Amino acid sequence: MSVGKSLPHDAGHLHVTGAARYIDDIPTPANTLHLAFGMSECAAGTITKMDLTAVRAANGVVTVMTADDLPFANDVSPSAHDEPLLATGQIHYLGQPLYMVVATSHLAARKAARLGQINVVETTPILTIDQAMTANSRFEDGPRTWSKGDVDAALKTAPNRLTGTIEMGSQEHFYLEGQAALALPGEDGDMVVHSSTQHPTEIQHKVAEALGIPMHAVRCEVRRMGGGFGGKESQGNALAVGCAIAARATGRPCKMRYDRDDDMMITGKRHDFRISYDVGYDDTGRLTGVDFTQMTRCGWALDLSIPVADRAMLHADNAYLLPTARITSHRLKTNTQSATAYRGFGGPQGVLGIERVMDHVAAELGMDPVTVRQANYYAPMNAKTDVPNTTPYGMEITDFILHDMTEQLLSDANYTDRKAKVAAFNADNPTLKRGLGISPVKFGISFTLTHLNQAGALVHVYQDGSIHLNHGGTEMGQGLFQKVAQVAASRFGVDISAVKITATDTGKVPNTSATAASSGTDLNGMAVQIACDTIRDRIAACVADHHGGDVTFKDGHVYAGDTKLTFAQAAMLAYTNRVSLSATGFYKTPDLSWDRIKGEGRPFFYFAQGIALTEVVIDTLTGENRILRTDVIHDAGASLNPALDIGQIEGGYVQGAGWLTTEELVWDNDGRLRTHAPATYKIPAMSDRPDIFNVSLWDAPNPAHTVYRSKAVGEPPFMLGISAFLALSDAVTACGDSYPDLHAPATAEQILAAIKRAKA
Amino acid sequence: MKVTFLLNGETVEVDTPATQTLLDWLRETRGLTGTKEGCNEGDCGACSVIVTDAQTKRALNACILFMPQLHGKAVRTVEGISGPDGTLHPVQQAMVDHHGSQCGFCTPGFIASMAAGHANGRSDHDDVLAGNLCRCTGYAPIARAAIAAEAMPVPIWMKEPELPTGPAPFAPDTLNALATWYAANPDATVIAGATDVGLWVTKQLRDLDKVVFLNRCTDLQHITVTGDTITFGAGATMVDVHDTLRDHHPSYAEMIRRYGSEQVRAAATIGGNIANGSPIGDNPPALIALGATLHLRHGDVSRDIPLQDFFITYGKQDRAHGELVTGVTIPKSAPNLRVYKVSKRFDQDISAVCGAFNLTITNDVVTDAKIAFGGMAGTPHRASKVEAALIGQPWTQTTTATAAELFTQDYTPMSDMRASATYRMEIAQNMLHRYFADLAGLPVSVLEVQP
Repeated sequence: MSVGKSLPHDAGHLHVTGAARYIDDIPTPANTLHLAFGMSECAAGTITKMDLTAVRAANGVVTVMTADDLPFANDVSPSAHDEPLLATGQIHYLGQPLYMVVATSHLAARKAARLGQINVVETTPILTIDQAMTANSRFEDGPRTWSKGDVDAALKTAPNRLTGTIEMGSQEHFYLEGQAALALPGEDGDMVVHSSTQHPTEIQHKVAEALGIPMHAVRCEVRRMGGGFGGKESQGNALAVGCAIAARATGRPCKMRYDRDDDMMITGKRHDFRISYDVGYDDTGRLTGVDFTQMTRCGWALDLSIPVADRAMLHADNAYLLPTARITSHRLKTNTQSATAYRGFGGPQGVLGIERVMDHVAAELGMDPVTVRQANYYAPMNAKTDVPNTTPYGMEITDFILHDMTEQLLSDANYTDRKAKVAAFNADNPTLKRGLGISPVKFGISFTLTHLNQAGALVHVYQDGSIHLNHGGTEMGQGLFQKVAQVAASRFGVDISAVKITATDTGKVPNTSATAASSGTDLNGMAVQIACDTIRDRIAACVADHHGGDVTFKDGHVYAGDTKLTFAQAAMLAYTNRVSLSATGFYKTPDLSWDRIKGEGRPFFYFAQGIALTEVVIDTLTGENRILRTDVIHDAGASLNPALDIGQIEGGYVQGAGWLTTEELVWDNDGRLRTHAPATYKIPAMSDRPDIFNVSLWDAPNPAHTVYRSKAVGEPPFMLGISAFLALSDAVTACGDSYPDLHAPATAEQILAAIKRAKA
Repeated sequence: MKVTFLLNGETVEVDTPATQTLLDWLRETRGLTGTKEGCNEGDCGACSVIVTDAQTKRALNACILFMPQLHGKAVRTVEGISGPDGTLHPVQQAMVDHHGSQCGFCTPGFIASMAAGHANGRSDHDDVLAGNLCRCTGYAPIARAAIAAEAMPVPIWMKEPELPTGPAPFAPDTLNALATWYAANPDATVIAGATDVGLWVTKQLRDLDKVVFLNRCTDLQHITVTGDTITFGAGATMVDVHDTLRDHHPSYAEMIRRYGSEQVRAAATIGGNIANGSPIGDNPPALIALGATLHLRHGDVSRDIPLQDFFITYGKQDRAHGELVTGVTIPKSAPNLRVYKVSKRFDQDISAVCGAFNLTITNDVVTDAKIAFGGMAGTPHRASKVEAALIGQPWTQTTTATAAELFTQDYTPMSDMRASATYRMEIAQNMLHRYFADLAGLPVSVLEVQP
């Protein structure tokens, strides 16, 4: 059977030869035009005049469009209709698109886009959390608060109590392929859009709105993205809509791709957070109550900030049973890029909050941080408990497996032995210090907007037995297409080579959800399974009619009694007997209910879990540091493809560690992002991965009824990178007696500052 | 002007503007879209190609490589790394087998860098691939693939046919010709490796009306090692500088290992790094601490000055219009030289601070001190107050503690996106403490700690 095999990425051979096509590689008609945005040079104000004479006069410029030139909706928001494609008088952030240049080449468009003379009456921008809190600049009426039990009473009577704050920075997605779109005008007002997007249906929807036409007149296609990570869930809307409008206006194909600097200046990033905590705990490290205050900068427009902030609240417990808890969330509106989806979607920020608490409590009690964590874990699956094993939002945890995973990791990674060696090293070395950090993750799987948990598939079997596979999920490198193809091959009992993977296309599968929330395989794999089974059952009935007996599909053949047909023969038999060999499949996740205002319900179908131990070394003179070794055990359920799942874990870990170490986004006092290219924004490079990097899968089927009992794996391992941050904090702690309150990202500069606090 | 070179084994003759990049030509004119644009500034490696000249085979960033630089060379893109019959190169096969690609967008660049490293028998994969960013894999499977391919033979198709010859556009062949031309055309932009000028074109969108390329002046690229000096021609690439320094100044060489990336070092020249005058160039602090002499030439007039005098103020150097930096000479031996580069990321990152220390200690007394920093002021320059506080003093931690305080009198660093002024000053001071421990043989580098 195809599922469970470590097949390579379906496009691996195309990637390595340069034959894999991305948007900018698609051959374009000779008369294709190219777009670039003119961008705001200040963060807040009112436009009094836009003189675009020089822009229009520049070489190669065909037309220049402003908000006044847009025929229908001027909106690229995925949520609240608060995000104009082109500014309508108000400037909301530095980098905001003001006008759109349509020219004969990419370079001509870029050059012309810099020539606009924009007069602005500037106002004082709101840039920071503190400024936004002071100005009460926020989304929603006030903070959102969810509670479990009487946290005030619990804190008052707690044997021990501590408070603290952790800042955690934003993160640029740095997908290697920048945002890109190509719009091809068709007859009768139709529009075909190729977009590097995680959400083709939304592209279709926003283009239709912008052109004033029904969705049926717009088709969006995407074969692959050069990375997404959440950054292409909504941030591609502007390019696709801009191209479609320009294509309509000029009657010519239009393409747009952001230069890297423009991409970083314009598009949203991860939400940065400040999380404050007030914690009560007993002498064994058990928490009795936690009061969290989460503050996040959402930027200028709503985008997906509500569900992101919700998910941060939903993961404020991570793996720990909190007897009482209160989580208060402030969603702050600032004159910065509109923060958006990013792998983990608020979850990592919530998890880092409670993981800091665990380390802080351990430090205060002089206990091993692992012991404190184990003391607070949810009760294991199938255990009988005296107290309800429920989250702060009232969901009972029934699939918790981190007790066993933790024991396994401590054993595999020789934790006790290495902890002693680290202590010995630190005693011997005045300048260099090592540290160990451990962090588990329990990540809720499902979109918290319940209706998004649906997916469709379209499968054809041709008369030669070859299979055409299509579904609503998009491929951004995660291996979704191959895992789903393995499901299809397994349902028909054929080799993977019989299955043709095809581009995501809103004309084939409609009304899709974004490929996001780690849900791609869970949702689309199930939809494909259902579609395949429909066809398989029809073929089986036909074969049974002709040959009798029980019909089975295996090894590329169809068996019925004593008869053995090739799959192609069976397909031909069905075809000649006028049996439909095409089917759709539709799946919706069962058993979900969620009230986000009350903070109550069952928002998740199940939880994916994992645990990591990281060892680092720091230089106490400069704060320089690096990861020496990482051990991970991660739960992918019964893995559909272990190699691809391990790839997600290794990649997620390094990306998570990058978020908390070298990746620093710096805005100046004018609201200008100063780190807008890889020269100044430093994602991990080759040598930044751990020297020793042991990753293994916890091979146990998902108790929830998922496709082949597998588990989602896209986002959860990102949070394993938190162990690197905690290890750095541990190394800093070795420098003195005070708790150092390390903040993220833990750049060398931040670490040196924390060392001084530890010594204070 | 016509440029002639080999593209994937076949001769091409291209009429090109002087500042057209190879990447744009490949993708937009030639229709070879395998090579990707990731950042358009030489920092991500997605556009890496292999360039072979008479001496070397190197990975270079096509996004900041101008067409005239290719004249007489051979370019191999990802499309030409697999065989004519479609057979995969060993690094391509290993990348498939070891799951080294996910989204695949960085992959062609990795393949080019890996294949260049493979052809050169390299096994220091972290250095070979430091200039290629991947956001998906966490690099672990790429490292596994690179190791797996090491033992496989270099495919026959990777051997380039005979390179085309003939005069090049915009590029004199000798220093004499260059110096004469530049003296007569002092308003021209001199382009060596284009690792900086490339960005004037791709990011600032500047039109450079008059340019001259000096990569064909082989007499400007010599590295001469004598009894007690080393002279680098200004056109020596940082790869060649690194190879030479390894034997004589290992600490300086270790810093250069982290300077830019493989692709950047293969293009960038030591002369360019000096002439550019940047306050954060990494060669000048080390060279100044070595007491380097700079060689300049204006027409047929040559002169030598101490390098430290070259940097006058921010943006102003002691170089006349039409005058060329032709080389730099350093002592061959300086056993106490240590060069410390601190940046947010170890590889391919511009320094927040780069400090170079070169003390002479005789009978435990400091008898000479040359300390120079980049990133601490508008120019790279010496810490003269600190030096003065060290000279004549016993080499003790008390001495370094006292002297380190004086960095505040030598420098007034600024805050920017790389580091705050406070941090810069602190680590400059701490580097003196590190230097003391380093000379005492104590471990001071996290890069040398093994798991």
